[in-house]
Amino acid sequence: MNEKKKAIYLDHAATTPVDARVLKAMQPYFSEKFANPGSLHNLGLEAKVAIKEARETVAEIINANVEEIIFTPGGTASINLAIKGIAEQKGKGHIITTKIEHPAVLDTCKYLEQKGFSVTYLDVDNDGMIKVKDVQKAIRKDTILITIMYANNEIGTILPITEIGKIAQKHKILFHTDACQAAGALDLNVEKLNVDLITLNGSKIYGPKGIGILYLKKRIKLTPLIHGGGQEQGLLNGTENVPAIIGFAKALELAQAEKDKENKRLIGLRDYFIKKVLTEIKDSFLNGHPTKRLPNNVNISFLNVEGESVLLHLNEKGVYVSTGSACSSHKLEISHVLDAIGLVHDAAHGSIRFSLGKPTSKTDLDYVIKQLIEIIAILRRISPVKITMKEIRNKVSKTFSQCSEETQK
Amino acid sequence: MKIEIKEKADIKNNTGQSWLYTDKVKEHFFNPQNIFKSDAEEKVFEKEADGIGEVGSPACGDVMRMYIKVKDGKITECRWKTFGCASAIASTSMLSEMVIGMDLEKAKKITPKDILNQLGGLPPQKIHCSVLGDQALRKAIEDYEGKEKK
Repeated sequence: MNEKKKAIYLDHAATTPVDARVLKAMQPYFSEKFANPGSLHNLGLEAKVAIKEARETVAEIINANVEEIIFTPGGTASINLAIKGIAEQKGKGHIITTKIEHPAVLDTCKYLEQKGFSVTYLDVDNDGMIKVKDVQKAIRKDTILITIMYANNEIGTILPITEIGKIAQKHKILFHTDACQAAGALDLNVEKLNVDLITLNGSKIYGPKGIGILYLKKRIKLTPLIHGGGQEQGLLNGTENVPAIIGFAKALELAQAEKDKENKRLIGLRDYFIKKVLTEIKDSFLNGHPTKRLPNNVNISFLNVEGESVLLHLNEKGVYVSTGSACSSHKLEISHVLDAIGLVHDAAHGSIRFSLGKPTSKTDLDYVIKQLIEIIAILRRISPVKITMKEIRNKVSKTFSQCSEETQK
Repeated sequence: MKIEIKEKADIKNNTGQSWLYTDKVKEHFFNPQNIFKSDAEEKVFEKEADGIGEVGSPACGDVMRMYIKVKDGKITECRWKTFGCASAIASTSMLSEMVIGMDLEKAKKITPKDILNQLGGLPPQKIHCSVLGDQALRKAIEDYEGKEKK
């Protein structure tokens, strides 16, 4: 087999390819049914009806009302609209979130801190799991919003959203969840989840990029993110991205319809891959929760090698993954998520995320394992670092190897 | 194992920075020079080396170790080990090629910029990955000179 021509994409948590059925559904809305849904003529009406139907589809899937679905330009826009929209309405107050949120949440919260809001960033345990009672404890009289992700994008841990939602309801505090990673795999019934706002993203569920939704429970007031012509209840103005909206609805429909079967398949592959890698490659371990994790997420640390080196070697073999280790302008840094789960930096540098997807087969994974074994061996041969699993288990933590001056120059 | 080099590897990290490496960097990353081929070779070389120097810490990312053999004031052989990203690995490999046959005095004066130039540059956020090699080399030379004085 010609290895050079292989392309095994294991970065579905970054984005997914558009499903052929989604693309087909979108196609007519570029050049045939192209009109502005705001136009009063028949062509405009046609587009308007299409959006209405897409909205109905989405509403039905997440068990909401049509007027509670806001189409947005993607996950980041939804999150910004939700958090800033509520904060601006309230004017001041306290927000509860976690340390492992996506930067869209964390940076929005940091921005609001500059504007005088206070924010609690909850800790997670070594598996990336949050304690529900920590949410309870963090609530203050002036808490205006709890925003906690449904499942983590890096380590795949699934958080107890339903229980957190119950607490939020009890205290009459608005609850938003970023469900971008969860949308293809988990239950999205807003009633069951006890959420007031949900963010979903098309590009993680085999839909197009640049489209998402914000579910916004009736009677919750938000300040608009973009002012303009009155679209999407005046919250995100601008001519609707009709093909993307159609594509999003189709993608969500397919994802939820095929969820159970695909989850089962992915969990089988995931657990096979994890077991095989950890057996075949010594001094490696899984990051994230062992069972409460997304069906497609594998995040493994390989001791004594650095992630980018592994990534580039895999890339050369036609295997596409991502790493939690990255160079900033001064030094090698680890992701905020790996830091939050208390992973020693020495081990976090060797973390690789393999996110499986619809096209992933067992044959693909066997090929990846074979390559991985060789790559890790090559890199360990030239590595002067010899940390053992025992040292990692004993958790000498971040103090066990401090950054020295010379490396920070 | 031989790794073939493809054309351009345009890699982006999660902050969207460009990770375009020069062919020279990729050449040294995928086919590192002057490395130990086996544990046995490493053991022997470590014993015979005239100077060994190591800098860095795995908590910050890069760790580099240089081994040199010296004769008549010149570096005759050099081996190295590096924990780090592709730039760090390529930089050390490049450095090892540069110093073989070089006078110790000249070798001491090698700067990160010299290594960078040989590599044809690095992406901006990767420049710091090239700064440890020369330090490790100087430490190895100091180690040798310290032993000589005794």
